Amino acid sequence: MKFLNKLATAAAVSSLVLGATLAQADSKEPIVIPTHNWTSQITMAYVIGGIFESIGDNVSYVPADSQAVYESIRNGDVTISHEIWQSTFGKSFNNALDAGGIIDVGTHASATQEEWWYPAYVGELCPGLPSWEALNDCADLFATAGSGGKGRYLDGPMDWHGQETLDRIEALGMNFTAKFAGSSGALWAELESAAKDNRAVVVFNWSPNFTDAGTGGSFVEFPAYSDGCKKADGGDGKCGSPPAGWLKKAAYYQMPKKWPTAYKIFNNISFTKSDIGNMAALVDIDGMSHEEAAVKWLKDNEVTWKAWL
Amino acid sequence: MHYFTEHKWIQFAALFAVFFVLVMAIDPATGGNFWRLQETSFWLLPDVVNDGLKFLIDDWWVVETYDAELDLTEESTMMKEFTRGLSGVLLFSINLIRELLLGGVKTVVAFTSWDFISEHEWARIPALPWPAVAAGTFLLGHYLGGRNLAILAGTSTIYIAVFGQWTPAMQTLSFVLVTVPLSVFLGLTLGVIAFKNKTFESILAPLLNVAQSMPHFSYLIPVVVFFGIGDHAGAVSTIIFATPPMIRLTILGLKKVSPEVLEAGMMSGCNPRQLMFRVLIPTARHDILIGVNQVIMQCLAMAVIASFIGAKGLGYDLLVSLNMLKIGQALELGVSIVLIAVVLDKLSLAWANKQVDYFANLPFHLRNKYSLTFLGILIFTSVIAYVASMFFPDKANYLYFIHESQGLTTEKFWDFIVDWIITNTYHSVQSFNFFMTTSILMPMKEAYLSMPVAATLLLVAGTGYIVGGLRSALVVTAFIAFIALTPWWDRALITAYMTTFAVIISVIIGCSVGILCSRSPRATKVILLVCDTLQTFPSFVYLIPVIMLFGVSDLSVLIAVIVYATIPATRYTVEGLSKVPQTLQDAGSMSGVNRTQRLLKIELPLAFPHIMLGINQTVIFSLFMVIIGAFIGTDDLGQLIMLSLSEANGMGQGIVLGLCVAFIGLAVDHLIHTWAEQRKKVLGVA
Repeated sequence: MKFLNKLATAAAVSSLVLGATLAQADSKEPIVIPTHNWTSQITMAYVIGGIFESIGDNVSYVPADSQAVYESIRNGDVTISHEIWQSTFGKSFNNALDAGGIIDVGTHASATQEEWWYPAYVGELCPGLPSWEALNDCADLFATAGSGGKGRYLDGPMDWHGQETLDRIEALGMNFTAKFAGSSGALWAELESAAKDNRAVVVFNWSPNFTDAGTGGSFVEFPAYSDGCKKADGGDGKCGSPPAGWLKKAAYYQMPKKWPTAYKIFNNISFTKSDIGNMAALVDIDGMSHEEAAVKWLKDNEVTWKAWL
Repeated sequence: MHYFTEHKWIQFAALFAVFFVLVMAIDPATGGNFWRLQETSFWLLPDVVNDGLKFLIDDWWVVETYDAELDLTEESTMMKEFTRGLSGVLLFSINLIRELLLGGVKTVVAFTSWDFISEHEWARIPALPWPAVAAGTFLLGHYLGGRNLAILAGTSTIYIAVFGQWTPAMQTLSFVLVTVPLSVFLGLTLGVIAFKNKTFESILAPLLNVAQSMPHFSYLIPVVVFFGIGDHAGAVSTIIFATPPMIRLTILGLKKVSPEVLEAGMMSGCNPRQLMFRVLIPTARHDILIGVNQVIMQCLAMAVIASFIGAKGLGYDLLVSLNMLKIGQALELGVSIVLIAVVLDKLSLAWANKQVDYFANLPFHLRNKYSLTFLGILIFTSVIAYVASMFFPDKANYLYFIHESQGLTTEKFWDFIVDWIITNTYHSVQSFNFFMTTSILMPMKEAYLSMPVAATLLLVAGTGYIVGGLRSALVVTAFIAFIALTPWWDRALITAYMTTFAVIISVIIGCSVGILCSRSPRATKVILLVCDTLQTFPSFVYLIPVIMLFGVSDLSVLIAVIVYATIPATRYTVEGLSKVPQTLQDAGSMSGVNRTQRLLKIELPLAFPHIMLGINQTVIFSLFMVIIGAFIGTDDLGQLIMLSLSEANGMGQGIVLGLCVAFIGLAVDHLIHTWAEQRKKVLGVA
C-alpha cells in the first residue's frame, strides 16, 4: 500500500510540476549524481551537474556501483541516474520500480545497441561475418583452452543478461559456449590482448561506446528481434537483442517537489548518440580528465543544452 | 586395532578409502539426497533474511518525520533514523578532515544551511597548500620518530603531490583518518569488555569469525540500504572489516599479561580503571599495536571495495583507470595507497612508543617548537601561494595545488613495460595456459563436482573426529551441512576447488621462500617489507595484466589468488622460524648437527604450529581472493554474490552466500587451529 501511495504522490507531483508554471524555487541542498566506472557515464554526470549548477543549484557526486545505485535512489541517497541501459541494468531498474520510490524520467534520444561484437580484423579471419551462421561456422577460430573445442563468446557479467545469452545459444543450436567476464574492464583487457595477437574474439559490447571510434568493429547479425521473441517473454529465443534499445533516466520520487526546475530540465535532457560518443572521446582519445571534458562539452554545445532550460 | 587407534594417518587412509567407495557408489542420476540435497524450505532462507532486514528498516517501529523544506510529514522508522543519524556523524567527521585538507563547504553547511552557503561566497574552508601539509607530515615524523621517519613521511607526501594525486589521496586519507581511530577504539573497547566478561566473549567469538571470513561485497547491499551511499557507507563496511583483528589481538594481549604484573598493580592500590589503563593495556601493548597495524592495513585494503558504495579517493580512481586499461596510472595510484598505509603505520607505532618526558620543564617556545614551526610554515606557504596567484592569475599555481594533469607521471613507462611483457611472452605462456587448463584445472574441477553430498559430509565429519574428537566433528559438519542445504552446493564445490589449488601452490611457494629468507636476518627484513607492501597493494591492479596474458579463465583468477595468498604463508614461515628459542638451537649445535639437520630436525618441527597458522591464513586469503576473482569472471559462489547486487532479494541472497563462503573458511580454520593447539602442547611451546 505504501508503495502505491508513494507512486500516486509521485505521479500527482510530477504532473503538477510539468503542467503548471513553476511557483517554487529549487532547494539549495545538493542534487546527488552517481558516477560509475565508465567514461561516458562519468563525463555525462559532470555535464548534467554543470547544467544544474548553471541555474544556481548545488550538486554533489558520489561513486556508486552501477547495479546497487537504484536501491540508493529509492532511499533518496542518490537523486538521479542518467544512463540506464536496457539489457544491462533493465533488471535492477525494474526491481526498483516495483519496490517504489523511483520514477522513470523517459529516454535519451540515442538508441542503443547491445549485442555480440567483433573487432574489425576478425571480419577478415572469418569471411561471411556479420551473419551469425557464418560466425557459427568459424566456431573453432574462437575456441580457447577452457571452451572444450567449441567457440567461446565472452559475455559481460552474469548479472547483466546471462540467462538470455545461454537461452539464445541453445535455441539457435550454436557451437559456442558463453564465458561470463566479471567486469567491463575484463572485456576490454581481453579485446586489447586479442588485437595484439590478431586473434579471433567475439565479445559482448554496446554502442555508443568508445569502441565505435578507431578501427571499430561490428555487431553480429542475429535473427531480427520482435516483441516477445525472447525465452523469458515466452518466445522461442531465436532472436538477437533489440536493434534500438532504450537508454533511460530515472529520479528519486521527491525530486519533482524538491528541485522542480532541475527536474524539468532533467526531463528535457536527451543526449544523442554523437553527444555521448563525443563526451567519451574527449576523455578516452584526447586524454582530458572527466571534469575538463564536461566543461569543454558544455562550452562547445551551448545551443544544445540551453534549449533544455 | 591398537595400531589403528595410535596412528592418525592410518585413520585418515581408512577415511579416504570409505570416501572414495561412496563417491563411486553414489550415482548422480539415482543418488537423490545422497548426491545433492533436494529442495527444502531451507531454500527460502535468503528470502526470509531479506524480508527480515526489510522489515527492520521499513516497517518496524514507524515514526513520523517532518521535512521542513518540503513541508511534508513522512513515515520513517526508528531504525532508519538511527542508522542515518550515525551516518551523519561519520560523514561529518570525514568531511571535516577532508575539507581542512582540500577545502569545501560541507562542514560550514552542517552548522548553517545550503541556502546560507549559496548566498555567501566566503563561507567555505580554504584548502591547505600542499607544501604546508608536506611540511606538517615531515615535522610530525620528526617529533614522533626522529629523522628517518620525518624523511619517509615528508617524501611520501611530496611524491603524492608531485604525481598529481593530491585530491584522491587526501580524500582517502581523510576517510582512513576516521575509520582507523574508530576501528581501533571499537576494537579496544569490545576487546576489554570481552576480556572482563566471559559470556560476552563467547557471544563475540563466533561473530568475529564470521565477520572476518565473510567476503565483503556480500554485505554491500545491506550497508547501502541501512546507511545509504557515500563515504559514510564505505566507512561502515570498512569498520566491519577492520575491527575484528583489533578485538582479537586486544583479548590475546590482555590474556598474556602475567599475574605478577597484575598483582603489582593491585598492591600499588590501583582502582579497576587504573588497573586497566595504567597496567593491563600498557603491558599488552605489543599485541595491541599489532592490532593497530592490522587495522591500518585492512582499512586501506578496503579502499577499492568501499568505492562501490560511495567512498571517494584513490580506490575509485583506480577502478576507473583499470576499466580504461590505464595500468600505469592504476599502478601509481596503488603505490600511493601503499605509501599512506606505510606512513600511517610507522607514525602510529612511533606515537605509541613515545615516552612522556616527565622531568622536562621547558619554556613555552621550546615545549611548542613543533607547533610553532608548523604555524610559521603554514603562514609562509599560504602567503607564497597567495602572492603567486596574485602575480600570475592565469597560470597554474604549483605551490598551492598540483592538478592531476599537471603532475609528473611514469604512466607511459609502466604501460610500455606491461605492453612489452604481453607482446613478448604471450605465445610462450599459451602452451602453459593450455596445459594447465586442459590437463590440471578442468579435470580437478570435474573431480570436485563429482563429490556427492553424503560422501563429502562423511569425509568432513571423519576429519573433524580424527583431528579434534566429537566436538570438532560436530562443528565442521554443521558448517558444511549448511552449505549442502542451500541450492549452491555445486558452486561451493567450485569455490573449494579453486581455493584448494591456490592454497597448495601458495603454501609450496610461500614456505620455500620463507625458509630461504629466514637463513639471513637481512633477507628476513626485506621479505617482511615485501609482504607488507603486497598486502596493502590493491590486488585489482594485477587482475587486468593477468587477463591480458591468460584470458578470462580460471587460470587467471588462480594466478591472481596465488600472488595474494602466498603472503601469509611466507610471513608466518619466516616468523615461525625466527621465533625458535636460541637455547634449543645452541643445544642442537652442541650435539653436532649441521645446518640442514638443524633446519629439518629442530627448527621446522618447532616452527610447525606457527607455520600451520600461516597456512590457515593462506586459506582465508585464498577464499577472499577467489571471491574477488568474480571481477575477472568465475562461475563459483563469488559470481552469485555479484549477481545478488541486481536481484530483488539481493540483501538476503548476498548474506546467505557470504555465510556459505565464511563457513568453508571457518571449517578449515577450526580444524587447523585445533590441530595446531595440540601440537603446541606436545612441543611445549604453547
